[in-house]
Amino acid sequence: MNTYPNLIKKGRHGVLKRILDHDIFYSFTRSPVVVIAALITFLFFFTAAAAPWLTPHDPFNPATLDLMNAFKPPVWVKGGEWRFPLGTDNQGRDILATILFGCRISLVVGFLSVILAMGIGVTLGTFSGYVGGWMEALIMRAADIQLTIPAILIALTVDGIARTALPREMLDHAAIYVLVVSIGIAHWPQYARVTRSGTLVEKNKEYISAARIIRVPPVLIVVRHILPNVMGPTLVIATIGIALAIIIEATLSFLGVGVPPTTPSLGTLIRIGNDFLFSGEWWITLFPVAALVLLVLAVNLVGDWLRDTFNPKLR
Amino acid sequence: MVFYVLKRFFQSLAVMVFVAMICFVLFNYVGDPVDIMSGQESTQEMREALRERLGLNDPAPVQFVRFIGNALQGNFGISYRLKRPVEVLIAERLPATLELVLVSAVLALGIGIPAGLYTGLNRNSWLSRLILSVSLAGVSLPTFVIGILLIYLFSVSLNVLPSYGRGEVISLGWWSSGLLTATGRKAIILPAITLCLYQMTLILRIVRAEMLEVLRTDFIKFARARGLPNRVVYFGHALKNTLVPVITVTGLQLGSLIAFSIVTETVFQWPGMGFLFIQAVRFADIPIMVAYLVLAALFFVIINLVVDLLYFAVDPRIRIGTSQTGGRR
Repeated sequence: MNTYPNLIKKGRHGVLKRILDHDIFYSFTRSPVVVIAALITFLFFFTAAAAPWLTPHDPFNPATLDLMNAFKPPVWVKGGEWRFPLGTDNQGRDILATILFGCRISLVVGFLSVILAMGIGVTLGTFSGYVGGWMEALIMRAADIQLTIPAILIALTVDGIARTALPREMLDHAAIYVLVVSIGIAHWPQYARVTRSGTLVEKNKEYISAARIIRVPPVLIVVRHILPNVMGPTLVIATIGIALAIIIEATLSFLGVGVPPTTPSLGTLIRIGNDFLFSGEWWITLFPVAALVLLVLAVNLVGDWLRDTFNPKLR
Repeated sequence: MVFYVLKRFFQSLAVMVFVAMICFVLFNYVGDPVDIMSGQESTQEMREALRERLGLNDPAPVQFVRFIGNALQGNFGISYRLKRPVEVLIAERLPATLELVLVSAVLALGIGIPAGLYTGLNRNSWLSRLILSVSLAGVSLPTFVIGILLIYLFSVSLNVLPSYGRGEVISLGWWSSGLLTATGRKAIILPAITLCLYQMTLILRIVRAEMLEVLRTDFIKFARARGLPNRVVYFGHALKNTLVPVITVTGLQLGSLIAFSIVTETVFQWPGMGFLFIQAVRFADIPIMVAYLVLAALFFVIINLVVDLLYFAVDPRIRIGTSQTGGRR
């Protein structure tokens, strides 16, 4: 209530002050679970980005690997060594290092595919909302049809088509892009729906009519005036979308149709480790599983919180 | 009513035609079937003859009609990798998948709805809190992770349940069932739990949310004021009014059970269609991919249609609403 006089007294009008005074930041600090989730998310981003500097091992360079180090258990189990805190896999790769590098690939695929899905969805959504007519009907029917089929099946299908169409030798290098495209295509309808309904509301407002009267070209109206006003909800779905994309990427890689074992993501690591679960080498698979679960849970919690805070209907 | 049903029916048909078109393009233009089917040493003439025999020189619409005709008769060609007719392969695997999906669906509904009711009616009991926190895990864990954890717990550590395969099966005509043998029943437990956990959680949460909402309405207060016993209020009045969203979610989730059976079947090496499909994706075996997609799309469309029709049975408001607006349109 008396933040306003305080503001004048201290004279802090900076961006930081505005963020700290905002009710969104207040609701952030009021929910300890979200603070922890955000910290974990940040930690994952940081360790993934700094992976090459955080670990002395280079798990993807066969020259540095020694098969003598294979199947070492974690430190606290008998036979474990401090060189490999979480143990090693069948090729003598340090599990901690592969997880750090694996998170990197999982996060990159997650982010890029959400950006792609958002790109397709927002473009088609604003376009169809603004233009209307049969184009709108066509695009939205296509979105409806796609929404009746689970995203994972769409991603698998696109992935399968790409694997068939691309020559074998290209596949390993292009695997990440194939995944990004398949997951991106699988998720565009949500974004298209949200931006379309936003566009329908915005386009009848006065500032749009004013822009039309002074002959702003339609493309500029959509990009400059409508887009900034419909992006808010889209960014919120995108946060949860990243968690979804990470799960789908891990699933596809686990099924053996994602990234190849030479540059493993978390899903690939779990698939490799799964073969050793029965022979008692549980750490090869259960540590990547734990990393994946923690990452997805943290991103999900942050996403849920964003959705609840930015959606006034739910508040 | 008739108008509404017809409209829904044509929408479903449009979805199927759309899927068929994608499959047709996949079948004919992604990778050259002649290249894949003819051997390394075949001559140009042999390849041309094969092309002619397969009808690949006909105009595209003719080929499309022929493709649909074949698909309607269940003829999807021969698997590139396994060299056997696709419809035979699918027919062999279909019972395994359907059995798994059915058992999971029964589990998801049989546990999800009562648990949702319980947590909705007893908001603050410790059991509700426990159920809700477990359900949070069900939503956030990916299917294959649940499978791996269950295998580690029950097959590796405790060694009480099998981790792969279907156990013994008994064939009943063209159907093969694992539910009639002890090993078969034991084998289905882990895959079914893995598959149903996510769906069960969603059903639980939607039932709970709807119950909480309905219990706040005036007609429930009125029913209470009339002195009706709790049992009648909860199950006769409240539950009935939560059914429409519950049916929607359940229907859609049954569809995704089929899709996620791909994952579960791979984790547990369950000899079903999903396992076949994932191998087809791995080895670029297009006929199997196409057949699976058409079949899966058919399941989704049928489920959606049934869900739409169930609204009529459940909610009289929709019946009256459409018959009034239906006349005007």
